[in-house]
Amino acid sequence: MNQTTRKKLFLSMLKIRRVEEQVVSVYGQKQMRTPTHLSIGQEAVASGVCANLTKKDQVFASHRCHAAFLARGGSVDQFFLELCGRKNGVNQGRGGSAHLSDASKGFFSSPILGGMVPVATGAALSFKLNKTKNVAVVFSGDAGLEEGVFAESVNFALLKKLPIVFICENNLYSTNTHIRYRQPNSPIFKRVTELLKPKQINGNDVEKVYVDAKKAVDSCRRGKGPVFLECLTYRFREHVGPLYDYNIGYRTKKEVFDWEKRCPLSLYKRKILKLKIMSKKSVELTDKKIMNEAENSYAKALKGSWPTEKDLMTGVY
Amino acid sequence: MSRQITYAQAISEATVLAMKKDPNVLVMGLGVDDVKGIFGTTLEARKKFGLNRVIGTPASENAMTGVAIGAALNGKRPIFVHARNDFMFLALDQIINNAAKWKYVYGNDSVVPIVVRGIIGKGWGQGPTHSQSIQSVMTHFPGIYVAMPSTPYIAKGILMKSLESKVPVIIFEHRRLYDFKQYVPEKRYTVDFGKAKIFKRGKDVTVVATSILVHQALKAAKIVSDFGISVEVVDPVTISPLDEKTIIASVKKTGRLICADTSWLRCGVASEISAVVAEKAFSFLKAPIKRIALPECPCPVSRQLEEFFYKDYQDIVCACFEIVGKKRPNNLFKEKEEDLFLGPY
Ligand SMILES: Cc1ncc(C[n+]2csc(CCOP(=O)(O)OP(=O)(O)O)c2C)c(N)n1
Repeated sequence: MNQTTRKKLFLSMLKIRRVEEQVVSVYGQKQMRTPTHLSIGQEAVASGVCANLTKKDQVFASHRCHAAFLARGGSVDQFFLELCGRKNGVNQGRGGSAHLSDASKGFFSSPILGGMVPVATGAALSFKLNKTKNVAVVFSGDAGLEEGVFAESVNFALLKKLPIVFICENNLYSTNTHIRYRQPNSPIFKRVTELLKPKQINGNDVEKVYVDAKKAVDSCRRGKGPVFLECLTYRFREHVGPLYDYNIGYRTKKEVFDWEKRCPLSLYKRKILKLKIMSKKSVELTDKKIMNEAENSYAKALKGSWPTEKDLMTGVY
Repeated sequence: MSRQITYAQAISEATVLAMKKDPNVLVMGLGVDDVKGIFGTTLEARKKFGLNRVIGTPASENAMTGVAIGAALNGKRPIFVHARNDFMFLALDQIINNAAKWKYVYGNDSVVPIVVRGIIGKGWGQGPTHSQSIQSVMTHFPGIYVAMPSTPYIAKGILMKSLESKVPVIIFEHRRLYDFKQYVPEKRYTVDFGKAKIFKRGKDVTVVATSILVHQALKAAKIVSDFGISVEVVDPVTISPLDEKTIIASVKKTGRLICADTSWLRCGVASEISAVVAEKAFSFLKAPIKRIALPECPCPVSRQLEEFFYKDYQDIVCACFEIVGKKRPNNLFKEKEEDLFLGPY
């Protein structure tokens, strides 16, 4: 892997982490009145996958969509304006945290589990019908795959050999319920049909994600049909909201801390320094810069104009 | 003597009582067995009866509803819970094509008495897909009952009633009512289907309001009473069956109807009630009926847009003045009230 790509992956994860940490630090001010599902701990998946995509590819995500939004190059300013409910937010204040979308970036999300899986499949259908080389990517949690539309979409994608990469971000939990209570004890990637070329990878290793996502995306572009990747990862914070929640009793502090030792960002930072892709100094400066930017974006968002009563009805059929 | 409990506790209490009385009563749904237990409504049941009777399900709403129906067919009494009623859309096929048709199509001996609880979210950025009120969708179809309890007393009684009846019942609970406290008897009791509750007697205007809007109507009634407008507040309790008799008798008395519903106008509950009154009590009406419902756009997340979006007592106050043809005094209310819900959900 070349140094430019490595740097790109690192910076993408760093940006997601710092922007979400800004959300954490100000969420208590209750300016962001939108239930917020953070991706802290899971940055490698969105970063590794999206680094393979072109502008014309399309990406679909679920409620936990901040990472993919930012990895797709979504604007941090518009992100904070949206979370603060302002008119110039990326969804005009109508969608909030869980519907973050930017059509100009080919990015859409919805918090109805499984809801975007068939839509992504439809995007892939149009790419194929239009004879483009574009690829659709859909991110889903492990619980998202429990919805019937997943099986139905996979069936159709295989039937039509559609250029779609199904990404499962398996972080073990659905809200506060461990996967062992919801699914049989066999890895998800084995349960999806062989035809999907399924693979289970370490979702906290951004290079692994990048390399496997690259293979998947390239194979889609070559018309080889859909691909499925199960990325094992972990959410550090509570299901929805900015806090830690090991005190409420569905997972232990030890489990959270063990996973934090496998933090995708710190692991990769070590590698970036070791390979001298960036100097310690330059990492620190960049990090500081990102944190400042996130802080400024939030401050700007608070000054953003509110939508007016007229804005309520504009654009309704 | 006055044992005050919340709406959430009332639901929990009804569940536990029913499970104690009938070993076939089950609780099913996504998160019913987790540490939060659907805003606390299923925690007690889980503690008392364990995971064989409080069954957490995968995120597979349609299939799991079918599973509940199959179990009901064999004597079980599942309460299927959706943390947001919006998720019920994924189960519409099973609810409508199977549960609602069962008795009619497969014979009188064969029933599937499932109870589906769906929670309506409001405010705090719940947004387009987590805050809808889908009662009119369910009410449209014969074969299922639809309830919208507005108080802890009704919430407990209607759930107890549902768990003893043979009909599939959909109960829409309002999240913003969950902390509302009231005296509720500790013992078992039931609240009937198809029997409206008159919360306040009045002689000039009938306000039929659903769910949380009953409280807004009461607040409005108090305000306009200072201006000599006497409002009768009627809560239909169940939308299906609908207590036409009580509503019509009230309108015959007052000659005026305002309908306030938590959802949209088009083909909505407010429209249905208006149609019933227009058909059966038209000659008693002294003024055109007024409907209060959501503006015809999806629910936005932005706090500012939410303020424009939702209806409250102020809208009902305005409608009361208009319908009796009185001029509303200026400065009656300064601004929309600040939403005090501290959230998040
Ligand atoms: C159809 C539907 N059912 C239930 C929910 C409630 N819900 C929101 S997020 C969530 C957990 C999803 O878990 P997973 O897909 O693994 O994603 P994660 O939150 O772990 O990223 C649930 C159950 C929903 N949004 N949509």
